[in-house]
Amino acid sequence: MKLIKFFLFFFIVLNLSNQSFSKDPSALINEIVDEAALILSSEDPVESKIIKLNAIAERSVDINGIGMYTLGKYRKSIDEEQKSKYQKLFRSYFLKSFSSRLVDYTNPRINVVSQKKINDKYTIVNSVLEATSKRPQVKIDWRIYTKNPDRPLIRDLIVEGLSLARTQKEEFNSIIQNNDGNINALFKTLEEFLIK
Amino acid sequence: MNKPITVFIILLFSLISTVSHGGDDGNLKLKENDKNGKYEVTDCFEKVNRGIFGFNQVLDKIIFKPLAKGYRMFPQPIRSGTSNALSNLSNVVTIPNNILQGQFKDAGVNSARFLVNSTLGIVGIFDVASYYGLNKRDKEDYGQTLGVWGAGEGCYFVLPVLGPTTVRDSIGSLVNIFGGDAWYNVTVVNDTKHFSERDYYASRLMSGIDFRAKNIESFDNLEKNSVDLYASVRSLYIQDRKRKIGNIDKTTETLSDDDWEELDSQ
Repeated sequence: MKLIKFFLFFFIVLNLSNQSFSKDPSALINEIVDEAALILSSEDPVESKIIKLNAIAERSVDINGIGMYTLGKYRKSIDEEQKSKYQKLFRSYFLKSFSSRLVDYTNPRINVVSQKKINDKYTIVNSVLEATSKRPQVKIDWRIYTKNPDRPLIRDLIVEGLSLARTQKEEFNSIIQNNDGNINALFKTLEEFLIK
Repeated sequence: MNKPITVFIILLFSLISTVSHGGDDGNLKLKENDKNGKYEVTDCFEKVNRGIFGFNQVLDKIIFKPLAKGYRMFPQPIRSGTSNALSNLSNVVTIPNNILQGQFKDAGVNSARFLVNSTLGIVGIFDVASYYGLNKRDKEDYGQTLGVWGAGEGCYFVLPVLGPTTVRDSIGSLVNIFGGDAWYNVTVVNDTKHFSERDYYASRLMSGIDFRAKNIESFDNLEKNSVDLYASVRSLYIQDRKRKIGNIDKTTETLSDDDWEELDSQ
């Protein structure tokens, strides 16, 4: 009987560990939201919070993918050297603005409500940022890239129906377009933002 | 007051008719994917728009943001009550637009909400209707109705004080002045014993302050992290209007995957 129990236990543990390789998009959001909430509510100095928040972003956000998306039509016209420079600049820009956006919140409460698989590559996770005395409840949807189901990655945040990736893309495209299609103007703007 | 308003309307009409023909002064076309195919929103006179946007930013810093911060100091129940009352008042524009858009169920619910909240809810201060299961619906306006009817945006432009708009949304706003807003009719058009035009302008100002107060942190964040704030606001405005016109609540229905799919195939 003990042997049966042992095998049963072994089988369940093995089964659970196998399942954990394929990560559920909702589980990813729950995990990072909990982790971020812990960091933000801690007594750590701001610099330490920023380092920890950036580590979460590096792990769970497809920064390169978002970077290429935000270039829009211009991603087809840049050479490899410009692409490499852009990716480095975008990564730094993204991490700076990501932590800067979050660090002002002391204890954001985000609850995952549901998720919907669009296709094999994308799942939308619906969540709600709870209301506080200062602001009303905010709906936040997460576009999760699930091409590699073992490592789902965040590609967009849609706040009350407004896509941050699309907003970013139009912002970058506006800068390039207003400088006669010169991508160096975007590089300069990003460099200025980084030293601010 | 009627004369300046007439002048303002004529000026606005002149602006719209000029703007709707477009201009070559730094036009920017924003390509979007519509359900029925591609369409473009043109930023007419972008340089002028950026100037007006800058002016509005200054106004915001010296007037609206401080007012919003002051308003935030009132206790939460007072702010909620004010917000509820203003939201209740907006039903007089939402209900006719529900009907014009064929949303008869929403028109019924909003009418019932308006009746219940205006009476039992004491001029809308308390949202009693929600307690009876009449949940709040999205606001509708004449610009959205024109969009639902198939009218294109026309040019995107920025108005002093009033902020971002399109030709279609401006025409929609003008419908309010020409009889489409019952609250405007009983306050400004027909100066009654009970209400005066001051009530109308006070309610409009309060709506602006209430909105600004709810978004102080979001605006600060946007301002701090934008590399081109004007372009960000323009993008957010166009996305928001598109979502409202489509009366779409689900993200999966609002966002086209085309851009992302193209990215994956490269």
